[in-house]
Amino acid sequence: MNSKRPVNLDLSTIQFPLPALTSIAHRITGVILFIGLVFAFWALDTSLSSPVGFAAVSDALAHNFLAKLIAWGLLSALAFHLVAGVKHLLMDMDIGVTLEGGVKKAQITVVVSVVLIILAGVWVW
Amino acid sequence: MVTNITNLGRSGLSDWLLQRVSAVVLALYTLFIVGYLLFNPGLDYAAWSGLFAQTWMRIFSLLAFISVAAHAWVGLWTVTTDYLKPTAVRIGAQLVIILAIFVFLVWGIILLWGA
Repeated sequence: MNSKRPVNLDLSTIQFPLPALTSIAHRITGVILFIGLVFAFWALDTSLSSPVGFAAVSDALAHNFLAKLIAWGLLSALAFHLVAGVKHLLMDMDIGVTLEGGVKKAQITVVVSVVLIILAGVWVW
Repeated sequence: MVTNITNLGRSGLSDWLLQRVSAVVLALYTLFIVGYLLFNPGLDYAAWSGLFAQTWMRIFSLLAFISVAAHAWVGLWTVTTDYLKPTAVRIGAQLVIILAIFVFLVWGIILLWGA
């Protein structure tokens, strides 16, 4: 490779198309979900440990603002990550693998995720 | 062929397939849990612990936890190799991640069978 080629890696000067943004968001939500496993495993472990533990988890999810916020945040990350994952599987099946198809699928991903995130918010609150 | 000593399957194609199979398992598990909670609004401890006392639910959960472990490793391996260029930093982060995955897996097995 010619090492004298100009390279621009200054991300702040690059305009990202929507499929690039959903791709990055897929990675970010993946990292968030991994960290969120601590809360998910804690909730599952505690709720299964005893009636007192079950009451503690359901009480936190019903009344604790921070617990609700974490639950909604993780459900939102999960919703986006799952929808973007389905988009990946569609691409694997050669569905919509064109420039226009890619933009359209990214738009659908955003719209479906936003709907699911709102529904998750309604569920939590 | 480019080989890499830190990715899960030692081959990109193997990782690619693992990521998709584990994703489908996790999607099914997510839909099941969310559906169960939605259709049982007044859930109590007896019903909840009763569900996880069933053998099929424990096996389904264990399959999901193993899928989390594989999926998280393939995904975070990709992210760390893309963004963490200094070898020591990357290997260090990957060691922390693999330790966390191990802890989650042990935690999952104990919570399913330990109580």
